[in-house]
Amino acid sequence: MIRNRSIMLFLAGAMLGLAIGPGNAFAGEAVEGTAKADKLEQCVEPTPVMRRNHFEFIKHQRDLTVHQGIRGSKHSLAGCIDCHARKDASGKAVPVNAQGQFCAGCHEYVAASLDCFSCHSAVPGEK
Amino acid sequence: MSRTEQQGRRVFLKKTATAAAVAIAPGVMLHALPAAAAPRVEAVSGKIRWGMLIDASKCADGCSDCVTACDKENGLDLVDMPAGAEEALWERQRPRWIRQVKLKDNLSGKITNLPMMCQHCEKPPCVDVCPTGASFRRADGIVMVDRHICIGCRYCMMACPYKARSFIHAEVAEKLTHTPRGKGCVESCNLCVHRLDNGESTTACQDACKHQAIVFGDLNDPESAVSRALKKYPSVQIRADLKLNTGIRYSNV
Ligand code: SF4
Ligand code: SF4
Repeated sequence: MIRNRSIMLFLAGAMLGLAIGPGNAFAGEAVEGTAKADKLEQCVEPTPVMRRNHFEFIKHQRDLTVHQGIRGSKHSLAGCIDCHARKDASGKAVPVNAQGQFCAGCHEYVAASLDCFSCHSAVPGEK
Repeated sequence: MSRTEQQGRRVFLKKTATAAAVAIAPGVMLHALPAAAAPRVEAVSGKIRWGMLIDASKCADGCSDCVTACDKENGLDLVDMPAGAEEALWERQRPRWIRQVKLKDNLSGKITNLPMMCQHCEKPPCVDVCPTGASFRRADGIVMVDRHICIGCRYCMMACPYKARSFIHAEVAEKLTHTPRGKGCVESCNLCVHRLDNGESTTACQDACKHQAIVFGDLNDPESAVSRALKKYPSVQIRADLKLNTGIRYSNV
């Protein structure tokens, strides 16, 4: 638990560091400003809260969804992806775990492995 | 039907949904969504028990529409054969939530076809044997695997009397948002749980069956189509001797 705490703090610090650093150098073919989130003021929680606690939120939510069928909650991994995936020049969604993209950007920097997408889709779902 | 066509049809359904069923052609009825279809915000409860009645006499020889629809709905058609695998072996081991089963009576030669999937047992052996708690029965009777917890030991596959479960042997490149899927987990029919949780009331196999062999609904509601059909026609549980109280019942087997 103590170890988790310190990793959390390190993660949060690293992300803050990233945010004030130079722009995303690894954007690849994704076009800046094409994610829904790029046009919004704030995420489902204030940004510092999301930075520190996003994994707690989606971990609780995953249990509620799988075991209790709750799919209309504020916190959801599908929601993260829907909002944060950028598009390439042709309008195709770029996976959030592609190098330098929203999830991978920080996770690569802090070397925290990102396992969600070995099972979950990393692009917005078809509606 | 392609995936986009199918999606299109569901959008159409959503747009035209009324309290009653929608008739798209004489004799062809599509079950409509409840007027206020929205993602669920409250936990499922035991007030509902989802189940089915399958009329084997309506299930046509050579038809596999329900299997194709299930594959599309749940992204099973996106799972590719691993490179270098043997075709015949792949056909036997590929993930499949619903299968066509052909029965032959040796005495009379009579052939019966029926779709076989997870029977959503009230007392599921797969849940009994699971060492991690990944295999579980939801309050509304749907038996599922929590992939976050599953360790891939496959005890449940051995325990299931209906051969209902599949194992994912390799990484899967493309998956659907509502059906996550990864190497090393077991999965099986979940009665299109994502549809139910989003306020819909039909399964993909039921919608796809043009012979109307599948009636789906709430077994606890005496007024539901499935309860009324169960009351009216004789039906059986497959392997009733195991006393699992299955949610899927068959008639004319
Ligand atoms: S049919 Fe098999 S997988 Fe489904 S609940 Fe029963 S034992 Fe479990
Ligand atoms: S394979 Fe997964 S769901 Fe099945 S018994 Fe093992 S841990 Fe449980």
